Amino acid sequence: MLHEHTVKTYEEDLRGLKAKVQRLGSLATEQLERAMACVAHPRRQDCEAVVRDDVELDRLEREIDADVLRILALRQPMAVDLREIIAALRISVELERIGDLASNIAKRSAALDALAIVPSVGGLSDLGRQVRRRLERVLVALSRRDLEDAAEVWRNDSEIDQRYTAIFRETLTYMMEDPRTISAGIHLLFIAKNLERIGDHATNIAEMVSFLVTGREAVEERPKGDASIEVSQQLAPPGS
Amino acid sequence: MNALASNASVSTAYHPRQGGHGQVLRIENFSLWYGSQQALYEVSLDIERGLVTALIGPSGCGKSTLLRSLNRMNDLVDGVRTSGRILFDGRDIHAPGTDVIELRKRMGMVFQKPNPFPMSIFDNVCYALRVDGVRKRAVLEEVVEKSLRAAALWDEVKDRLEDNALALSGGQQQRLCIARAIANEPEVLLMDEPCSALDPIATAKIEELIDRLAGRFTIVIVTHNMQQAARVSHNTAFMYLGRLIEYGDTETVFTVPRVEQTQEYITGRFG
Repeated sequence: MLHEHTVKTYEEDLRGLKAKVQRLGSLATEQLERAMACVAHPRRQDCEAVVRDDVELDRLEREIDADVLRILALRQPMAVDLREIIAALRISVELERIGDLASNIAKRSAALDALAIVPSVGGLSDLGRQVRRRLERVLVALSRRDLEDAAEVWRNDSEIDQRYTAIFRETLTYMMEDPRTISAGIHLLFIAKNLERIGDHATNIAEMVSFLVTGREAVEERPKGDASIEVSQQLAPPGS
Repeated sequence: MNALASNASVSTAYHPRQGGHGQVLRIENFSLWYGSQQALYEVSLDIERGLVTALIGPSGCGKSTLLRSLNRMNDLVDGVRTSGRILFDGRDIHAPGTDVIELRKRMGMVFQKPNPFPMSIFDNVCYALRVDGVRKRAVLEEVVEKSLRAAALWDEVKDRLEDNALALSGGQQQRLCIARAIANEPEVLLMDEPCSALDPIATAKIEELIDRLAGRFTIVIVTHNMQQAARVSHNTAFMYLGRLIEYGDTETVFTVPRVEQTQEYITGRFG
């Protein structure tokens, strides 16, 4: 266990930065949860609230940016401190993007609600839950600086990709069978894609945990299970 | 890696960068006592030829003592006793019959406070040559210009070489001392906190100079400024309480040090 810094205000700066990143993580998780509730039960005011509250994440990210800039300029951090600060900067970008994607999911849920025909696509809620668990796990790994847990999150990316591919296949089938479902289908596909992207951001955060602890980002090639491109080629009518 | 690591009783983390031109200095289980006070404990490390090696550590860690041992400056201190060996180009610097003057000629030294002699700029630079009996004006002029150019001072002083060196600014004086140290082409330049008395601009000029001199000379620098060590050196040795804790390539030492004590020191968590 490392001792505290001789300069107490430096110690406080770093602790404050870590706390802000964790807070941004909680906010992003909460936004995802609320967005998925909108998918299940789209109520206009709920959807709008998710979109509105995204500004808080943006604000916090800018605050972290400013803190990082100030600490770099004033303290000239080295070794683990430097990695801590660079990781905070990069993780906050990932979390802010997760917030944007959650906000977009809420927006599309409201749009779906206004449509007459919405195909019922199984697995979307499951995908949401899976992604949220993944995000929560990586944030715990981050707060504990737990390399093993982070590596576990990192390796399990393919489950989400597979589920996303299944939803893609199902939605595409609906749209081919009944063109009236195309508008809703596109929104559903974007929602699924957003969830899959959130999963990717969680993977990036897992890599940052590795960077923080060891100084190296994970070096193995990322597992890939997204086969939506192949699926679309298989399902496309001949000659198109 | 260092072949001595396994023999040393103090375990040091070794991961130095190799310069590709062998070792100019090889320090083997070197210990030093000032009277009954032990200042260095079985330090072993190789100084790579042509590279810049930084010695860092808190006050009293032995870094200056180690630096001064390399050209036997500690001989001048009463009651100093040593054990172990320091090999310079393969020869033990403590071997009987070693010419200490010759040794110091081959290892130029620059100190914390600029210490030009109270004479002209010209005479400062060619002092050592004159001591060696060089009298030819043309030879002296050539060496002075070459050394001052190498020390990045020529353009600032070429029109006033006969002025007293003490009239120069602190930063210029320090570069003059470097010019003086390199005038008789030493193999190694030892620098003991060469920038601690200088302002940031003068410091930047010395750092730029160290970059330029690396390769031609082997440089060993003691510094309290860790950012400086990180910027100018290829290898860094971290010392604590007379022991060598970690000796490795500078980038690793300052980004992912192998030893927790190193991490504590360079991140400002010490004591």
